[in-house]
Amino acid sequence: MNILVCIKQVPDTTEIKINPETNTLMREGVPSIVNTFDSYALELGVRLKEEHGGKVTVMSMGPEQAKAALKECLSVGADEAYLLSDRAFGGSDTLATSFILANFAKQLENEEGKFDLILCGKQAIDGDTGQVGPEMAEHLGIAQVTYATDIKAEGDKTLVKRENDQGYDWIEVLSPAVITVTKSDFEPRYATLKSKIAANKAEIHVLNSKSINIDVEKCGLKGSPTKVKKSYTPKKENNGIIIKEETASASVQTLMRLIADKKVI
Amino acid sequence: MSANIKNKNVWVFIETEYGKEKKVGFELLKPGREIADAVNQDLVAIVFGKDVKNVATKAIAYGADKVILVDNPIFERYSTDAVTDTLMDLINKYNPDTILIGATINGRDFGPRVACRLKTGLTADCTSISYNEETGNVKWTRPAFGGNLMADIECPNNRPQMGTVRPGVYKLPLLKEDKKGEIIEEECNISESNIRTKIIETIKEVTENINLEEAEIIVSGGRGLGKAENFSYIRDLAKVLGGAVGSSRAAVDSGWIPHAHQVGQTGKTVAPKVYIACGISGAIQHLAGMSGSDTIIAINKDKNAPIFEVAHYGIVGDLFEVIPEFIKEIEKYKNS
Repeated sequence: MNILVCIKQVPDTTEIKINPETNTLMREGVPSIVNTFDSYALELGVRLKEEHGGKVTVMSMGPEQAKAALKECLSVGADEAYLLSDRAFGGSDTLATSFILANFAKQLENEEGKFDLILCGKQAIDGDTGQVGPEMAEHLGIAQVTYATDIKAEGDKTLVKRENDQGYDWIEVLSPAVITVTKSDFEPRYATLKSKIAANKAEIHVLNSKSINIDVEKCGLKGSPTKVKKSYTPKKENNGIIIKEETASASVQTLMRLIADKKVI
Repeated sequence: MSANIKNKNVWVFIETEYGKEKKVGFELLKPGREIADAVNQDLVAIVFGKDVKNVATKAIAYGADKVILVDNPIFERYSTDAVTDTLMDLINKYNPDTILIGATINGRDFGPRVACRLKTGLTADCTSISYNEETGNVKWTRPAFGGNLMADIECPNNRPQMGTVRPGVYKLPLLKEDKKGEIIEEECNISESNIRTKIIETIKEVTENINLEEAEIIVSGGRGLGKAENFSYIRDLAKVLGGAVGSSRAAVDSGWIPHAHQVGQTGKTVAPKVYIACGISGAIQHLAGMSGSDTIIAINKDKNAPIFEVAHYGIVGDLFEVIPEFIKEIEKYKNS
């Protein structure tokens, strides 16, 4: 199988703190990681390759430093890595981002051959939109399955386990397809010392808007129909009532009195 | 599609499955009504499904001026292609100004597909929407960075303007059974062969048979339970309250309960009337999935647990002592 995995380097949002004085995000010193869901997507891709043969290519869009994230992918099973890096791409919303990625995916097929599957994380943990995968599928005119937790290839069939409200569906999808992956039972593997050294030596192909010959009017802020008017940290209300009586029974009685007054239950 | 005078009316997509609506569709008729009134346009509910005429009637009673109904067996279960292609046909025919979609798993699947085909903007997973009189656009408010940052977003130059909105952030509008409205029936021009996905097996994991995203009361358990068997405490409390059972990621990762019950960034986003967190410390990822609840009650041994920062009521104590007392008191209260 020929698989393309799209990854994003993101700040580890679990490490983000709010500056209480300015009420802004403190990004300094926050480690950059491969987006959690992208790591699950890569793991599923590498497993498919190990079972059926083929190749896993990873691509990302971002600043030069995103090379580190791609190297991490190479150390856990990806074979080839591409980075799209250009100031003209900055400020892209999901429509512009998916336009750039879909365009490049098409061009990559000249180098890497036709992709059977394009895998993405279900969403990035910084933007949390979950829209780039489906929008890529639309730009490419191919099928999509979102919120996948497992992928199986049986003959020429691709089967995807997709979450629903009550559990899961197994869905047969026509390939090529874009599949966005959520947390699955298959924890991303760890790199070995040897694979880390090899990944460090490997070349990351870096391309820009000129080298992929893309219409920059459709990229970045210019190509983005949505505009961020304002961003701010949410107000933290902290007027909760903490109950800590001598006994559990006394605590519950206090709680019941409070919630009965407010007709909570 | 760029901003155009011919684009008119506010659409709310009412998702159905097995002929039954998802509550969020009706919830969105509330902000939809406000936006439609602000611009003096019609509020139109879009209903796709199998045998769903009753859903169309209900949408009118919840405030829609009109319903566009596509009643077809193809919509008994969800597929990206059937919904996308049918909705595109309708958009091209009627040119709506605004489209609101519930941010369910399926809404977030076809929403971007449709927005991309229209080359318009879609704001994901909003927690608040309103009409901005100054700009004449809908102001979409959404969290990012796992709930650490909020953003106000507008789509000034393209129509329709689109957004997916979280279930539970708007309460159901008032139901007026005698309200009149027009139901327009449209055909579905999609054949099975145009659909590139096929559901071949459905596995149900939520044993309690209550949809977390629709539940009014949720009782969730976390690492503090210690082992799978202790989820009985959570189930017992949920049962006496008529609520659904949720969990933190830690409890799912430990294999104590299936993932379908997980609340948080990697699970479901919920906003019930009452959310009771038991033995859940309250990692930011969990808070991102439940902090919109009307009333949050936390039970935790650790008085410094971050869950107490969002809780309206917190009991510092051992959940194995507190929950049985709580159940006893609720039963007493119900019988009083």
